[in-house]
Amino acid sequence: MRKLICGMEIHAELKTTSKLFCSCKNDPFHAPQPNIYTCPVCLGMPGGLPVINKKAVEWTIKLGLALHCKINLFSKFDRKHYFYPDLPKGYQISQYDLPFCYDGVLETEAGPVRIRRIHLEEDTAKLQHKVVDGEKVSLIDFNRSSVPLVEIVTDPDIHTPEHAKAYAKELRRMLRFLDIADCDMDQGGMRLEANVSMQDGVEVDLNHLPQYKVELKNINSFRFLEKAIQYEMKRQTEELDSGQIPIQETRGWNDAKGQTYSQRIKEDAEDYRYFPDPDLPPLQFTETHINTWKSELPELPKAVQTRWQEEFGVENRFSDLFVEERAVANWAEELFTVAKASKVDTNKLANAVVNRKVQWSTEMKPANVIADYQELTQVSAVDPKILTQVISQILAENPLVVEQYRTGKTQVIGFFIGQVSKNIGQKIDPQIVSALLMKQLS
Amino acid sequence: MLNASIKAFLLYHKLSIKINMLNTFTLTEALSQLKLKKISLDELYTDIRTSVKKNEEYNIYLTMNEQMEQDANKLLQEKLMGVPIAVKDNFLTKGLRTTASSTLLEQFVPQFDATVIKNLKKAGGVILGKTNMDAWAHGSSTETSQFGRTLNPRNTDYLPGGSSGGSAAAVAADMCIAAIGSETAGSIRQPAAWCGTVGLKPTYGRVSRYGVVAMASSTDSPGPITKTVEDAALLLNCIAGHDVHDSTSSSQTSPDFTQAINKSVKGMKIGIAYMELTGFEEAKKLFETQVKVFEELGAEVEFVKAMDPQYAISTYTVIQRAEVSSNLGRYDGIRYGNDRSFFGAEAKRRIMLGTFTLSKGYSEQYYLEAQKVRSLFIQDFNRLFTQYDVLISLTSPGFAKKIGASEGSGMFGELEDKLIEASSIAGLPGINVPCYHDPNTNLYLGMNIIAPMWHEEKIITVADAFEKSTKWNSWRQV
Repeated sequence: MRKLICGMEIHAELKTTSKLFCSCKNDPFHAPQPNIYTCPVCLGMPGGLPVINKKAVEWTIKLGLALHCKINLFSKFDRKHYFYPDLPKGYQISQYDLPFCYDGVLETEAGPVRIRRIHLEEDTAKLQHKVVDGEKVSLIDFNRSSVPLVEIVTDPDIHTPEHAKAYAKELRRMLRFLDIADCDMDQGGMRLEANVSMQDGVEVDLNHLPQYKVELKNINSFRFLEKAIQYEMKRQTEELDSGQIPIQETRGWNDAKGQTYSQRIKEDAEDYRYFPDPDLPPLQFTETHINTWKSELPELPKAVQTRWQEEFGVENRFSDLFVEERAVANWAEELFTVAKASKVDTNKLANAVVNRKVQWSTEMKPANVIADYQELTQVSAVDPKILTQVISQILAENPLVVEQYRTGKTQVIGFFIGQVSKNIGQKIDPQIVSALLMKQLS
Repeated sequence: MLNASIKAFLLYHKLSIKINMLNTFTLTEALSQLKLKKISLDELYTDIRTSVKKNEEYNIYLTMNEQMEQDANKLLQEKLMGVPIAVKDNFLTKGLRTTASSTLLEQFVPQFDATVIKNLKKAGGVILGKTNMDAWAHGSSTETSQFGRTLNPRNTDYLPGGSSGGSAAAVAADMCIAAIGSETAGSIRQPAAWCGTVGLKPTYGRVSRYGVVAMASSTDSPGPITKTVEDAALLLNCIAGHDVHDSTSSSQTSPDFTQAINKSVKGMKIGIAYMELTGFEEAKKLFETQVKVFEELGAEVEFVKAMDPQYAISTYTVIQRAEVSSNLGRYDGIRYGNDRSFFGAEAKRRIMLGTFTLSKGYSEQYYLEAQKVRSLFIQDFNRLFTQYDVLISLTSPGFAKKIGASEGSGMFGELEDKLIEASSIAGLPGINVPCYHDPNTNLYLGMNIIAPMWHEEKIITVADAFEKSTKWNSWRQV
């Protein structure tokens, strides 16, 4: 019997107006050209010096507070040294032993995950490997260089692939709800890393972790994360069963093949020669700072859902979608308030909106959405006897289509719904019509 | 146009140049003569150009600003009135090559001005040219420069010191009106001492480091190298102040440092440090006779026992090498034209040592330990400054060393700077004033005066009083 032991490291780019250490625009994904949002500081020129973006610090700490973390009142930035063309200074400004936040927890639908630390660092430039004039070249785009990046590190609390996915999704929801990160997965605005190993025994034992771990890196979707972990569990189990300990390495996910593949083998722990960045004085916060930021936190998704349940009777299964982003939640709040005042069944309304039975967007006035919903529900209040008659009539008029349905072409149900609607001359709740249709057809 | 005093000055120096040597003006003199319209900027620049050309053998300037005259004439209304200032080659100058005396950067033409340069220009100063230095400011001789060493204009058999050796030599040779240097631990004061000039290292954080090729970021301090203390105060006024681009620059407003000139030292408490150290008896003896001047001026003078500077050498060496190894990482061969093979031997030695001391398992023994000792030095100075207004000592344990002296000595700079390194790692302001002149060699000894952080005025007052009460300043011997 083997159990999955998995901890995650997730990077997310903060959407501050300017970069982490200079006043350059922070908008790498929408830049019309490479290398336009640059200056001596984010290009790592001689003489360039970093100046901290206070907003990024505040947001990182707010994220920590939202994840129930403790905050280091005394914190600092450190230099992490390694050589790579996308790192123009030869070091990344990061946080080593005094991250802003530590010891938190994030509740997910698959169970809690403890947060070990959250720190703030600068993103690297972006490398592009291209062929220009028949020559293979590597190009560097510094628009992303020094964009603020938070890294959220968990304890190895994840024991199923579904839990990993749920954690990552919940974290994205939190980042978006706090309105501090867009988490665009395709562009690399949120990057998932899972450290995966398998442990013998029936119960998970975190005091005796396996002596190896495999880092799954560069995964850009929740689904791939789940699949990659599933694949690794199988692969590692097979290796362990055959008496081998899997190699300590970094692996990526090839979705076409449905396999993970080796990217880099880590023989030794890397030595980044961390030391406090002498260009940035340490940061000292007071309890007052922290309390102020805490008081500025918005009501978080879970709390909003609980309150909606109490105030409006909206069930969590319907409200989940509305708490993905703050703007949507604000809109939904207004929708429910207006609905309640108009004595509309808010839970049914939420159901209708979530399932797109009425058109909606945050651009629309809640009152209009409610009006549409009311129209819809009025129609569906058509006498079932009349409906049944109409349906019988339409089925009798279209024997060929009925035959198609019976041979398995169930999609023709849409045709019948249209016909019924046309016949009655009103929009009708398609669910009701299709239920009645199927009853008669079977 | 030339007044009698200048002629007398030229005669005293037995200088072979005939007339019209406006380049020998101090900054204060040049400004007052310009204001009185007794001289013109054109005349000033002509003489500067002549002296630069005549003294090419000293190897002081790596790059000249070819349009300095054009720049100057627009600036007569400004504070510095367009006077030419020499700048150490580790300050980024827009459009003017900046090499830090390393061939690795021999093609590097910056796109922006360092804040110090910006401030200088704003105050009406003109960058005359970029002066030679120890490559990357690693050294105290200019002998690590990859563009050849600079000679000491006082005696060309000797070294000018370093790393701001070119700037100190430019001042000593009157190849500029004043100069800018930078000090990490001794790099302003030691060459000033060896060249017989004034050199002021401000409090760490008083002057912005933005746009300075970083050496040891936690101690780098730009500052003036000048002919007189008053000049130093005047120039410091122009470059000091908060800079939003440098997080370590202080947000406090800088006072008018020239207000500290012509003040009495009567009643001040002056501690004389490092007299218990051995190995430089002759210099100590000469220095001790000079200290009496302060007693005559009414100050209280006492010998004090400060923390042994040998620990400052090791502390500084560990911290500085670590920061160097990190700061030079950006010259990875991808940018700036030349690759890492262009690092000289000294830079490579420092990178290796710094990399070692920061490595896993060693950083606790070296870097973190050094930071603790650094705190002890700060505490020791705090203790001394509860009893004394300023501390004085020799700047360097002797006269300038002969050409070639640094070669093969990896710790040359640290040993020459041992009397000032403690004050640098503590971030204190310090100033060098000439305190003895050897007529046989034409070489100088320098006195180092230090005060608590943010008290530049104290060292200016004490240095100015000393300068004006003694005969050691070569520009005041008229």
